[in-house]
Amino acid sequence: MSDYNFAYLDEQTKRMIRRAILKGLAIPGYQVPFASREMPMPYGWGTGGVQVSAAVLTPDDTFKVIDQGADDTTNAVSIRRFFQKTAGVAVTEVTSEASVIQTRHRIPEEVLREDQILVYQVPIPEPLRFLEPSEVETRKMHALEEYGLMHVKLYEDISLHGDIATAYAYPVKVEGRYVMDPSPIPKFDNPKLEMSAIQLFGAGREQRIYAIPPYTQVVSLDFDDYPFRPTKADHACDLCGAGDSYLDELIVDDKGGRMFMCSDTDYCSTRRRHGHVGAKGVPYDEDAA
Amino acid sequence: MYVAVKGGERAIDNAHAWLGEERRGDKSVAELGVAQIREQLSLAVNRVMAEGSLYDPDLAALAIKQARGDLIEAIFLIRAYRTTLPRFGGSNPIKTDQMQCDRRVSATFKDVPGGQVLGPTFDYTHRLLDFKLTAEGEIGNVTVGQPTQNATPHVMSFLDREDLIQSEPSGEATPPDLTRTPLELPATRALRLQSLTRGDEGFILGMAYSTQRGYARNHAFVAELRIGAVAVEMDIPELGFAIEIGEITVTECETVNQFKGSKTEPPQFTRGYGLVFGMTERKAISMALVDRALRWKELGEDDVGAPAQDEEFVLYHSDNIQATGFLEHIKLPHYVDFQSELELIRKLRREAKANIMQEAAE
Repeated sequence: MSDYNFAYLDEQTKRMIRRAILKGLAIPGYQVPFASREMPMPYGWGTGGVQVSAAVLTPDDTFKVIDQGADDTTNAVSIRRFFQKTAGVAVTEVTSEASVIQTRHRIPEEVLREDQILVYQVPIPEPLRFLEPSEVETRKMHALEEYGLMHVKLYEDISLHGDIATAYAYPVKVEGRYVMDPSPIPKFDNPKLEMSAIQLFGAGREQRIYAIPPYTQVVSLDFDDYPFRPTKADHACDLCGAGDSYLDELIVDDKGGRMFMCSDTDYCSTRRRHGHVGAKGVPYDEDAA
Repeated sequence: MYVAVKGGERAIDNAHAWLGEERRGDKSVAELGVAQIREQLSLAVNRVMAEGSLYDPDLAALAIKQARGDLIEAIFLIRAYRTTLPRFGGSNPIKTDQMQCDRRVSATFKDVPGGQVLGPTFDYTHRLLDFKLTAEGEIGNVTVGQPTQNATPHVMSFLDREDLIQSEPSGEATPPDLTRTPLELPATRALRLQSLTRGDEGFILGMAYSTQRGYARNHAFVAELRIGAVAVEMDIPELGFAIEIGEITVTECETVNQFKGSKTEPPQFTRGYGLVFGMTERKAISMALVDRALRWKELGEDDVGAPAQDEEFVLYHSDNIQATGFLEHIKLPHYVDFQSELELIRKLRREAKANIMQEAAE
């Protein structure tokens, strides 16, 4: 253990964050201002997610951290270690074993349950930010439910490109009220935002927390004649053969040769453990490093 | 055949070990002590204390050593430490007119009670590299100046007596704490000053400079710049009176700016204010100029659309820990997002090419 309080933050601060989380759950999709603390990792590295995780973790929890879907990316490792050190909680890479999952840029492929919490790291919580740079203005727009500008943007995309040119951080409307940024997840993940688990979003630098309670309606913005379509690379995973998972594209030789593999590393290795083998995969080996 | 890339944990451990080695540098050169940094790089220490919002020269010196001299990294270390400290309460306002001044200059009056005290300034040094310092030459004995002993009245108070300077409303209310409550706009002046004093020196300097060059110009005279030690007092409820809990060195800058008025309303000068931990003159002057520019609304001036007038722009972008974090995070993995953009751009290109073919065929 360490000299710091359980999960690093002092109890007063955790209480303040929990109040913001509860308010966020009560008003799905609404961005609640909170007094974000300076964390011992930089803004932009997931300080919002880390503060939310610190506020919800209990000693009995099992914690999982993914970045880009993977447990082994350096920043996921770093955040996992942080809570191992400051909270002493059990950690896992197995999605189904985790009670709290902190994520950056992905929703796990495996369907989450009611007894799980998914914590997102959010860089820019404001879906209208790149249409209107002023926070004073965008808060007004949310209050008045004035979302015309967003539809104009999507329409302009279609007239310019023939399609909505947003591939990640695709805006959604939550429970028919607030337009929300789902954090920079690929739009492939958007349909999963309607789930049984609690979803909490933390933006540290921007001092905002928001939430989607279980079973909340989450609609990706679109038009009747240009319906929303989640997309992924038109391949199967080269390691496990999955055809339904989001894929990373790797450049594997000097000639620009490509291969595709699941971005969700736990999903991929679980499938391989169960004997699935993709086009370039090898049978699963427990010790493979 | 492909084996998935792993090894994040080992990479991190190795990176940290290497970083430690780089920090130490050539082992045949004596290691730098924290006390040496505190005593001999004191202006760096001051900046770290000011922007770290924690007055502790030893910790600031340690942070500079640990950060290999990267001051923003050092400020970050201090901020991250500061946020874990318990808060006992708020001190009483410091009394800068009681300051023991090491330096005190006025640009508006040739002489004022308390006098002009030049102090340890670079101002009139010729910027010639002093090669004697490479030989680690000790300085000889110099007569040590004494800081002013008596209370030194603020230059502003003389203008105030004549009603020439616009007066500020006084209040007993404790201003909100930027580090404990989220910034919401519009911000009070107290909150703006709090934000400016911990803002990045370079950013505040650039903003201040822009006002001098004409973006929301409000010509500033430095009525007074003073640097020295002040006592910090705090009311102790159990005692029922205030006791001195310590002493800090601060830099205070008060500017006199152009006036407003009309035929019926006698014109008055307006103020800008800067107060920063330590000997941090450039920052304090910059702060006063930016403070003044941000006051356009309450002083009934026009919004000329200058960056330094835009409270949201200035306050949201002055914090170097926030800025450097978000800026540098773009080097972290983004391959999931990039992948989705790749798919999108390939699809759009396919469609555009199909359209071209079709048009050519028609």
